Amino acid sequence: MGETVSAIFGGRGSKWHDIIWEFRLPRTLTCILAGIALASSGLMMQTLFRNPLAGPDVLGLSSGASLLVAILILGGTQGAIFLSELSLSPWGIALAASLGSGLVFGLVIAAAQKVKDNVSLLIIGLMIGAAAASMVTALQFLSKADDLQAFVIWTMGSVGGTGWSEINVLMLVTIIGIIIAIGSSKSLNTLLLGENYAQSLGVNVQRSRFLIVFSTCLMSGAVTAFCGPIAFVGLAVPHLVRIILSTSNHKILLPAVMMGGASLILFCDILAQLAGRSQSLPLNAVTSLIGAPVVIWVVMKSRSSKI
Amino acid sequence: MSIELDENKKCLLKTQGLTLGYKKGEQSTVLFENLNLSLHKGELVCFMGPNGIGKSTLIRTLAGLQKPLAGEITSTDKANVAIVLTDKLSSLSMSVYDLVAFGRYPYLDWRIQFSEEDKNIINRAITLVHINHLENKKLFELSDGQMQMAMIARALAQETPILLLDEPTAHLDLNNRVEIMNILRKLSRTTDKSILVATHELDLALQTADLLWLATSDKTIHTGIPEDLVLDGSFDTIFQFKGFDLKTGRVDHEIHRGISVQLLGEGFEVMWTRNALERSGYQIQSGAPISIELVNEDKKLVWKVKKKDVITSCYSIRELLRSFSD
Repeated sequence: MGETVSAIFGGRGSKWHDIIWEFRLPRTLTCILAGIALASSGLMMQTLFRNPLAGPDVLGLSSGASLLVAILILGGTQGAIFLSELSLSPWGIALAASLGSGLVFGLVIAAAQKVKDNVSLLIIGLMIGAAAASMVTALQFLSKADDLQAFVIWTMGSVGGTGWSEINVLMLVTIIGIIIAIGSSKSLNTLLLGENYAQSLGVNVQRSRFLIVFSTCLMSGAVTAFCGPIAFVGLAVPHLVRIILSTSNHKILLPAVMMGGASLILFCDILAQLAGRSQSLPLNAVTSLIGAPVVIWVVMKSRSSKI
Repeated sequence: MSIELDENKKCLLKTQGLTLGYKKGEQSTVLFENLNLSLHKGELVCFMGPNGIGKSTLIRTLAGLQKPLAGEITSTDKANVAIVLTDKLSSLSMSVYDLVAFGRYPYLDWRIQFSEEDKNIINRAITLVHINHLENKKLFELSDGQMQMAMIARALAQETPILLLDEPTAHLDLNNRVEIMNILRKLSRTTDKSILVATHELDLALQTADLLWLATSDKTIHTGIPEDLVLDGSFDTIFQFKGFDLKTGRVDHEIHRGISVQLLGEGFEVMWTRNALERSGYQIQSGAPISIELVNEDKKLVWKVKKKDVITSCYSIRELLRSFSD
């Protein structure tokens, strides 16, 4: 214990200092930030779309990110040399993922201005996602085995690939996202009553919807860019927290899902590292494996609660 | 002149040449045209019309949730109007208290902090509709009637001069329907609110409303007090009753037995006896050869049937009807 403390605050150069500052701490911070961002995005999507199965990935953001990453990794060898060079650096992948989410985000925001109701927006998001996913499938089919493996590994999610500069970006984006989210708690609460009631309670539904979608896209886009499409957390954590706290008030739910999301990813990452010894398991395999039974158990146990 | 001033003081909402409906691109579907309506303090208005004529759309337009196609609504801020709609809530896991507390949201900032005053208003709203015992229940535990009461309490907590309700008694049993209409009527008296209830339930509207708005098939709204509208036949033209006489409040029966009887006595017992006889196909006529007289014998009700100077006593209406069919 004392060794750890001295390693953290001690001078540079020691082996332990480097492991903690260059490897352990970035990984931990990434887990926390990704958990906060994904869980609060999931909560907001479920409320906005009045759908318990909604998550940050329903708007097609992850699919958009996957598409551009797929083009980068799988298309790199199809001729474009400059692409293949980019695909070797994590920043290249992050850039492609951000661009992909951003592109879909632009489409979704444009759709949000056009369509009046949230169900239509949800359907549009799902369709954009489906279209992007099918293009990814086509690319996978046409690509070489090595590239395919690199891409598939990216889709499995990882919190180990982030350095301090990536974390700074992730932190900034997450902070902006949660400020908007917490500022939107009032409109999120009124949306539980439906759009008509929300409007009659003085909420500008159009603007709130834009802000909620904006904050979600920002946060889940950034996480996907640096960690790949991490599954399950955005969907499951809000359900777990709602059942445990038995409330639907976002003023309480938002901070709670942030803590829940961060804890879940940290826990899953620890398990992922334990299991693999020298090489850690893919994060997505663990999140779903751990999370799914827990959610089923909680739902079964609290039969009186409705989601 | 003084009456007119008084009118203006009491008028909370007024529409001028209001045309409403839906617009889709260049095409618009007009539901109501050129409406000139007003809502007054302390008045319970029932808005009646067949399903699908546009009652909900008018409510939404008056509440400021939907833009009118033409015309003006004076004095509606959204802040002046509280609504109870038929929309389903997406979350039923909140408590009744939490639901009612939503009524205070227009007065709160993003931190959602309720002042003591807010809490008093919430409790008062809960007390007004007598649901104190449900305060901590979750919404999914409520019956339809209790849910509707909670929604009304939520609207009351908004403390608006105008309350608009869309079909608040739909899907409820008779007891709950009567209770809700009674509470609304009482509220219009005690709180001086103007309350508009869209409904297609004729019986309740006739007995509780101060004023009726009748949606007609030519896209206008005919207004008047219930009794006038019954007598001038407005209902018959709009609702096209089949086998129901609104003026007497009775269902038409065919006199298929061809037998006339005379009914003597007074009180509601006579009314129900008459009801049973007519339903069974007898004609009630004074001076008919058969007569039925209701008398009290030792505090017990007896139907005495006199037929060709033979008198038989029956002790229930069922017995009475049997004695006829023999």
